[in-house]
Amino acid sequence: MSEVQKMVCIGCPIGCQLEVEHLAGPDDAWRIAGYACKKGKTYAVEESTDPRRMVATTVAIDGAAWQRLPVRTAMPIPKDQVLALCRRLHAVRVRSPIAMGDVVLADALGTGVDVIATRSL
Amino acid sequence: MLYDVAIIGGGIIGCAIARELSRYAVRVVLVDKECEVGFGTSKSNSGIIHAGHHSPAETLKGRLVVEGNRAFPKLAEELGFGFERVGEIVVARDPGELPALERLKTLGESKGVPGLELWDRDRLLREEPNLSPRLAGGLYAPTAGVINPYECCFNLIRNARMNGVELLVESPIVGIDRRDGFLSLKTPRQLLHARYVINAAGVGAAKVAAMLGLHDFTIQLRKGEEYMLDKRMKGVVRHIIFPVPSAKSKGTLVIPTFDGTIMVGPTAEDVDDYDISTSDAGAKAVFDFVRTLVPSLHARDTIAEFAGLRAVSNTNDFIIGPTAVPGFINVAGIQSPGLTAAPAIGRYVCDILRDEGLSLVERDDFEPRVEPIPRFSALSMDDKRARIAADPASAHIVCRCEEVTESEVVAAIDQGARTLDGLKFRVRAGMGRCQGGFCTWRCMQLLSERLGLPIEAITKRGGDSWLVIPRLEDEPTEEAPR
Amino acid sequence: MITRTPRSRYDVVVVGAGPAGLAAALGAREAGAEHVLMVDREPEPGGILQQCIHTGFGLHTFEDELTGPEFAERFIDRLTERGADLLLDSFILDGAPREGAVQVIGRDVGAARVEYGSLVLAMGCRERTRGALRIPGARPAGVYTAGLAQKMVNMMGVLPGRRVVILGSGDIGLIMARRLVLEGVEVLGVYEILPYSSGLNRNIAQCLNDFDIPLHLSTTVTRVGGRDRVEWVEVCPVDEALQPVAGARRERIPCDTLLLSVGLIPENELSQRIGARLDLVTRGPVVDSTLMTSVDGVFACGNVLHVHDLVDWVAEEAMRAGRFAAEHALGRPRPRDSVRLVPGQNVRYTVPHTISPDRDQVVMFRVAKPIERATVVAVAVGEEREQPVVSKKIRYAFPAEMMRLELSQADLDRVDAETLRIDVVERPKKKKRKEGGS
Repeated sequence: MSEVQKMVCIGCPIGCQLEVEHLAGPDDAWRIAGYACKKGKTYAVEESTDPRRMVATTVAIDGAAWQRLPVRTAMPIPKDQVLALCRRLHAVRVRSPIAMGDVVLADALGTGVDVIATRSL
Repeated sequence: MLYDVAIIGGGIIGCAIARELSRYAVRVVLVDKECEVGFGTSKSNSGIIHAGHHSPAETLKGRLVVEGNRAFPKLAEELGFGFERVGEIVVARDPGELPALERLKTLGESKGVPGLELWDRDRLLREEPNLSPRLAGGLYAPTAGVINPYECCFNLIRNARMNGVELLVESPIVGIDRRDGFLSLKTPRQLLHARYVINAAGVGAAKVAAMLGLHDFTIQLRKGEEYMLDKRMKGVVRHIIFPVPSAKSKGTLVIPTFDGTIMVGPTAEDVDDYDISTSDAGAKAVFDFVRTLVPSLHARDTIAEFAGLRAVSNTNDFIIGPTAVPGFINVAGIQSPGLTAAPAIGRYVCDILRDEGLSLVERDDFEPRVEPIPRFSALSMDDKRARIAADPASAHIVCRCEEVTESEVVAAIDQGARTLDGLKFRVRAGMGRCQGGFCTWRCMQLLSERLGLPIEAITKRGGDSWLVIPRLEDEPTEEAPR
Repeated sequence: MITRTPRSRYDVVVVGAGPAGLAAALGAREAGAEHVLMVDREPEPGGILQQCIHTGFGLHTFEDELTGPEFAERFIDRLTERGADLLLDSFILDGAPREGAVQVIGRDVGAARVEYGSLVLAMGCRERTRGALRIPGARPAGVYTAGLAQKMVNMMGVLPGRRVVILGSGDIGLIMARRLVLEGVEVLGVYEILPYSSGLNRNIAQCLNDFDIPLHLSTTVTRVGGRDRVEWVEVCPVDEALQPVAGARRERIPCDTLLLSVGLIPENELSQRIGARLDLVTRGPVVDSTLMTSVDGVFACGNVLHVHDLVDWVAEEAMRAGRFAAEHALGRPRPRDSVRLVPGQNVRYTVPHTISPDRDQVVMFRVAKPIERATVVAVAVGEEREQPVVSKKIRYAFPAEMMRLELSQADLDRVDAETLRIDVVERPKKKKRKEGGS
């Protein structure tokens, strides 16, 4: 017996309602319904096996016009690491000038994904 | 240090008394529990300077209101606050109410209220085309006016302080002791001594009197809700529109405020506790009623709502006079027309103090005038340019909705504003359409910079009205590797 | 690009250097306007994008999902390369459209009169307030619009509170729900008065579902309590008329912060002051096919014209407005607008208000209610009869997402009427569903 999972594709603003079922059997087969484009198909499998998210937050910055520097993960990271990454970033403080794209935390939490600045400050 | 006079309560009454006393060579301190003067009932007041024909001549209210009204033009000019004699009309909602208008006219004339005129329906609708055609007639009183009550408080105390009065805010009175020849007032942080104490504590006046074992009167809190309408409605009426008054209150009104916004209200609801919440029932009562006066008004035009508490004494009149405790003088139960009567109350209290033995010698260096900062938004384009040339900080707009410059915000902070509401009520930053959505952060920043306080120490209006909290940081921070 | 001493005359002056202003300036430069000035009240360009630090911007423009600041930077770079003047910390006090001039004030510039060949309004919008919603109760500290809270968190580096209730499931509220959770703040729930969310499904998924934040539909906040600071809010279910259900149980939720994400209102005070006519539904100026308002030489684009959801369409619309503004300033001939554009079945509004059959047109509109399996039909409405001219099937149509319909000149040639009406109709349900495997 396999379970049918319902989810919303977050690949684009349409937000298709997907139905995803991992089919029992020797092949690693999936039944996916509801997608409007191939991004939905990819998302459905990833979300069921290895859900990932982009994380966007801020870190402390000294010597700049604002108190915070916006940053994001360069790629999506495992969903269950999101809050831990934010907590880790609380301890990061940078000093101006920072260029957009500068790495503020390399290989965040061992995920292989860097956290980069999303603006110059 | 022994003060001659300590005034408990910095509402319109306390401030008016302070200013009046500042003419004389006496040491005066005004103590208020809020972070700003006027932040009790006075700032929630309708802002009406009544013509004076509503209150019977045999009451203290009735005697002081006309004198107060007469004092306002000069006071406004000296102290630089806004005052406009827009006039008022008491309207009869049906022919059965017309005799009441005649009675009010007679009463008013007997008290010296000038210019009262009875208008028939045609005249009424000619003067105010947006009034309901069902109205039967009106009583016009040209000397009624409107002010911003908080602006008046700020300017009164500013002038009083210029002339030597001391001000203590965020200082509630927690106890009063009788001594030999003077009274001692206890606040959480100070002990003040004064020969005479004026109890102008508004809704708290009975509690303050009770601290000395005096129980001569009670105060009933009567809540009034008010609704501010979009500036679009400006001009829908030119005069203050009153219904025929009842025993409980002057009624629910349509008020063209000094700033041009139309305000409707107040309700009149007795409450037991400090309750200044607005309610669906209050809104419904206000709008159902005012639509019978001005049918084009609608609840959906509301941009802000608030409520205040009237201090109603058990005699339903002002209670002003000395008590069994020498030196302790009540100025309590000052509900409508308290705002109007304020200048007259100030003088009356000085008379009482003289009678009680305080020598009031006029100071020859009394400065009656306050130079106000004219609002940038009210200036002509040429004057705006001139102001900017003289003061570059005037070129930077902080509150875009009300066109308030950084210069005005900084001046307000230098004059004593320590909170967001202090700025709002002094210079209108945050009072416009976006209700502070865009300027709050900048106002907080300016307060933080000028007062040398961290941003999380800035409050909305003192006390526990914190605005933001600092981030929940983890362990010590480290430099990020590049 | 940043100037302290603007010229006394520009071909195009743009009011605002947010996403619309930047794109309009770029469009004007690319269309040949030599001197272009942007005036912005902030100390930096980018407008609201600078505080929108989350990803999701630029899917259509750059085929990427950038953060707000990154999207802004792309346009700032292109504009810097092209060359334009940018006056920051400045404010347009008034305009004299008949003289083609505006009155600018600012820290650096003092007071200056700047003349223009055309003016582009790109002031964006403001958030709907508690006062406008008329939520009764006390007035404690702690009631904020979601955008103000976003500025506090992302730029000021402070938090609005510890226990937050959010009213309104618009995207800004959903984004802030997630943002606050990432900062360790407790978000107790999102309350939405409508029976459906006004935000995108993807945001419900990644902002609420990811963090188990409940979404309560058909519920609203009916009262705020607390003396100095918010202590609780009262919530109540509503009926189809969006009124509190009589006799329903009203729940008090202890919290210290109420965030409001209940709508955006185009900021048209300057527009009205200079005489532009407004559309009461969009609350933005009435415009023709060149996005020119009822005031000659004054154009409008972005959120000030009508509230958008995707910055891609803001930028696209603004580039067109900039281009038309430049053409006007350079004296190039204007198209002939001979067709009125009106909203029809299930459509709340259409922009622009008139179109021209002389060139390709872009029509923007919103549906009045969610419709699955929708067909958008452009109908030429003549005196005698109606004729569908263009018909386009789309998967979903919902009020939260502004829609676009491109009409080619060939389509427009078929319009033999003075009015073109946009309808959105529901198609009947098909039996077979699209399926696929991996």
